[in-house]
Amino acid sequence: MTAKPSLALFVTLTFIGLALGFTAISRADKGALHVTDTLSGHDHSRMQHDGILSLQPKAETRRFEQLTPSAIRPVPAVSAQERDPHAYSDGQDFSGLSKPMMGDGHVLAALIIDRLEAVNARDAFSLTYDWQAWFGGDYNRLVVRAEGEVDQGAFKGSRNELLWGHALTAFWDTQLGLRYDSGLGTDRVWGAFGLQGYAPYWVYIEATAYIGEQGRTAFRLEAEYDVLITQKLILQPRVEMNFYSDSDSSRLVSSGLSNIEAGLRLRYEIKREFAPYIGIEWANTFGSAADAIRAQGKKAEETRFVAGIHFWF
Amino acid sequence: MTSTVKRLSSLVSRSRRQFLKSLVHTGVLIATLPYIKNAKAQAIPLLGGTEFDLTIAETKIVIAGIEKIATTINGTMPGPTLYWKEGDTVTLRVKNLLSEETSLHWHGIILPYQMDGAPQISFNGIAPGETFTYHFKVQQSGTYWYHSHSEMQEQTGLYGAIIIEPATIDAIQADRDYVVLLSDWTDEDPMTVFANLKKHSAYYNYNQPTVVDFFRDIAGEGVKSALEKRHMWNMMRMSRADLADISAATYRYLVNGHDSTDNWLGVFKPGERVRLRFINASAQTFFDVRIPGLALCVEQADGQNIEPVLVDEFRIGLAETYDVIVTPTQTAYTIFAQAMDRTGYVRGTLATHAGLSARVPEMDKPELLTMGDMMGAMNHDMAAMDHSAMTSEQMRQMGHDMADMRPVSVHHASTEFSASVDMRVDTPRTNLDDPGIGLRNNGRRVLTYADLHTVGGTLDARAPTRDMELHLTGNMERYTWSFDGVAYNESTPIHFRYGERLRVILVNDTMMTHPVHLHGMWSELETADGQFQVRKHTIVVQPAQRVSFLVTADALGRWPWHCHLFYHMHAGMFREVVVS
Repeated sequence: MTAKPSLALFVTLTFIGLALGFTAISRADKGALHVTDTLSGHDHSRMQHDGILSLQPKAETRRFEQLTPSAIRPVPAVSAQERDPHAYSDGQDFSGLSKPMMGDGHVLAALIIDRLEAVNARDAFSLTYDWQAWFGGDYNRLVVRAEGEVDQGAFKGSRNELLWGHALTAFWDTQLGLRYDSGLGTDRVWGAFGLQGYAPYWVYIEATAYIGEQGRTAFRLEAEYDVLITQKLILQPRVEMNFYSDSDSSRLVSSGLSNIEAGLRLRYEIKREFAPYIGIEWANTFGSAADAIRAQGKKAEETRFVAGIHFWF
Repeated sequence: MTSTVKRLSSLVSRSRRQFLKSLVHTGVLIATLPYIKNAKAQAIPLLGGTEFDLTIAETKIVIAGIEKIATTINGTMPGPTLYWKEGDTVTLRVKNLLSEETSLHWHGIILPYQMDGAPQISFNGIAPGETFTYHFKVQQSGTYWYHSHSEMQEQTGLYGAIIIEPATIDAIQADRDYVVLLSDWTDEDPMTVFANLKKHSAYYNYNQPTVVDFFRDIAGEGVKSALEKRHMWNMMRMSRADLADISAATYRYLVNGHDSTDNWLGVFKPGERVRLRFINASAQTFFDVRIPGLALCVEQADGQNIEPVLVDEFRIGLAETYDVIVTPTQTAYTIFAQAMDRTGYVRGTLATHAGLSARVPEMDKPELLTMGDMMGAMNHDMAAMDHSAMTSEQMRQMGHDMADMRPVSVHHASTEFSASVDMRVDTPRTNLDDPGIGLRNNGRRVLTYADLHTVGGTLDARAPTRDMELHLTGNMERYTWSFDGVAYNESTPIHFRYGERLRVILVNDTMMTHPVHLHGMWSELETADGQFQVRKHTIVVQPAQRVSFLVTADALGRWPWHCHLFYHMHAGMFREVVVS
């Protein structure tokens, strides 16, 4: 039984390593457009300074070299020295008048109900919710995330997170906070650290590592992608995976890869803020949790039909 | 009788002499413009003289027969057209009947900074119930405009035209004279619009590439090409379809406060020279303007006379003005102004009589941004182009005459490498002869900055003593906009040393087109090799473009400097300049 916890630990550590890696490359990612790094070779100083390679895809680079007539290709001269944006002030400050209130000082709030859906599997219905709320400015936000299932009027596994979301790079936020699991079996409290944002190709990612009581660790990965069929009809593949270091039979949690959900949802945006959808989802539970489910006479693997609404404001 | 008055007489249904008299002696609403057909729609008054009383309030207006609440000046949107004379000293008493602070900024006017009307920078703003008196000497002539610099009032209607008659004879002669003020209107609360963009930056964009387009490309050019075409953009997480943050999904576009169904009318007699003073007073919309059947002789830009240039079409950036002379000979023409993102348009009519109208052209298809719009001088989106089908004139228009392209140095600010910035351009293009996305290769002759030459050249022949480089930056996904990756709240003022001649270099590190407006001082645009091009108050910088302009820091005080896309300014694409 030691193999599976170490697998979960390995996944968690790998993830944390990746997250730290992201932090390190944030100055190189820098919004991920740095075309000349590989084109001109004139920017090596900064690359060395960052200690890492540019994210510029090599294939694209070659394509441009082929396409750009060499005779007219300008030699860019990007300064290795980054400018100080405050250098032009010469020490000047704002006047005695109060500064105008601009939108970059605004605090906004949003509630995004990503999924609120009726789930039909094996002739039984349940309700699943997955929402996120945030409050704050452009770069620092209080984030609440919750996901869970209500079956026959009772919460059956709910994950609630309270996080500080901080904009790390152009497309990634770090999240640091607490997770509280309730609803089924023993309630659990975890410390949470993760990343949320957009990977290349606009793949939405929530990747969070958790450290709980008695050294339990867990890792949750969610990925979504919007495929625009028309401007309002959108097909969304979605995958969620949960890894745990230790099994937790009362919560139907298994060590290692505990469960996976992979679904396709088709939504229609009546308004941007309001989109009903239908979908199909394959779900599987593994290990000891799967054994426990089977012991109840149910199946660990199932195909679900879902119908719900996606809305936000 | 001056020629200006003669021309203005066509604006009003009174005799020339009565008009002048009323201008001089009353300084109040003097006439109703003749083009108003709809009894419910309001006339835009013309106010002349040296004393003006302007009252700002929330009042009812009518667009397409539907009542709306707008922020108005003396009850109209646009507010009254102010008619000044160069050399006069004007006094403007502005009364605030709103429940929030207001202000009026005289866009492009050279004046003492305390009269500039930028709250918390040049003065304290005009509190509810208060009256502020602006008092300054008019030192220039031409077409300008004014607008609120407070809260969200620019979006809700607080703008109007300014016409300044030259002290000597007007070099631009015409028989008729009309203001054509373009704007955008939304029924939504502008704060809601801003919040929508913050939460979902593509909220108003219904022209995004779909899988249908993808399969069409596969069918047309193969899987490999279709994938390659998208790869770079998807890797960078940049949208090729982001032409305007806000579209006709919420906007209704207006000419002088009238939408297309209201159909603003300018009357002429065949053979007359008609002067059209185009002003883009919109909050977030670039317009591409043409009058099918008429050549447009552009004679003034941003209030400054230019060497006349004949075109079929021009793009007018936010806050820019262009004075155009046309000589219509038929009975009716459509003034057609389509939004840059091609989601909507507004038309007006020039006709010999009320009730006539001409065919309204189809809108052009929206064009996706090119690699050149993302990377500048690496300006060859060859995959999407068919050169064999292009004429040399079209090639010229596309700005692909790369022989002139010379290397430029780029200095990114350290703060550009942060979450506030989603791209940087290391090889910006510097050519001024690109009409911009959606206008390249359209078969019409389109105005570019390379066509603008201010009559008389520069005002200050001194060479600049230093360069100042600023980058236009943003993150579309987060909807943050800034200079050098630093939004206004985190910024420090920029110091211009009094009396210095300064070169400002703007590098657009975004894929959007930004109109950059420096208050209080002229921006004298130069060519890539440092020759004087044109004097403007607002300089449009295209995606991945580097422009430079010279400023004479002769205006002591504190001045705003900002992107004139209203929601970009509001997001913090704004600086305070201190001249001392």
